[in-house]
Amino acid sequence: MNGLRTWSAIAGIVLSSTAGDVLLSRAMRQIGHVGELWRRQGLRAVLKAIVTHPSFLLALLFMAVSFFGLLLALSWADVSLVVPATASLTYVTNALAARLFLHEHVDRRRWVSALLVCAGVAVLAA
Amino acid sequence: MTPRKYIVLLAIVVFASFGDVSLSHGMKSVGAISATRWTELFAAVLNPWVALGIVLLLGFFAAYLSALSWSDLTYVLPATSLGYVLLALLSVWLLGEKVSLSRWIGILLVSSGVGIVTRGPSVTHRHQPELESAGDKR
Repeated sequence: MNGLRTWSAIAGIVLSSTAGDVLLSRAMRQIGHVGELWRRQGLRAVLKAIVTHPSFLLALLFMAVSFFGLLLALSWADVSLVVPATASLTYVTNALAARLFLHEHVDRRRWVSALLVCAGVAVLAA
Repeated sequence: MTPRKYIVLLAIVVFASFGDVSLSHGMKSVGAISATRWTELFAAVLNPWVALGIVLLLGFFAAYLSALSWSDLTYVLPATSLGYVLLALLSVWLLGEKVSLSRWIGILLVSSGVGIVTRGPSVTHRHQPELESAGDKR
């Protein structure tokens, strides 16, 4: 049962961190190139556009959930399992979510890259 | 991709790695905080290394948001995973840790993933053609 509890926490962390990244990406894409916005309207306009964007605020919420989920999981299981498992799985779920929700064209090159990084992170942190 | 964009990607990698190393160094000197005395977490922020780590991670977040404003998520994430490699190297140089064979294999896998994705386009999404053309010309 302990393993099940830990893996449920890992799944929760992976899902919420993916949701956070996808929402962050969506918010920034809608805001547009921040370097240009900064030149045109100044830093304050950039900050205002970001912190008032609903997707950004929702992303912060998901990132907080995944952070506290991580703390919780670390109190149940070893860091050498939790961190590599969540970090490497996130590369795969992000690729799936980016394709589904952000309509990014995740071609073979990106899949191979995500899988290599996923395997590498798992080996690195193990 | 212009040189400036590579600098932003590099900033993500550098800020995240040095931020993590600084946080880790600071928390090691603060010592373990027990669950019953969790309010000590707030005092830990006053440790100079933890404070520096937080500043560096804020720098990371700013660079990350900037990169996401002109690149795909599936480009930014693998491209910046080089941070894991930098973190492993920093832990050798700064924290005096030993790097095993399996870690070198991990470094090799991550690096090849980064090499593959950065040879492709940085923007691919279909619904905003104006961003697509903006991706590689500037």
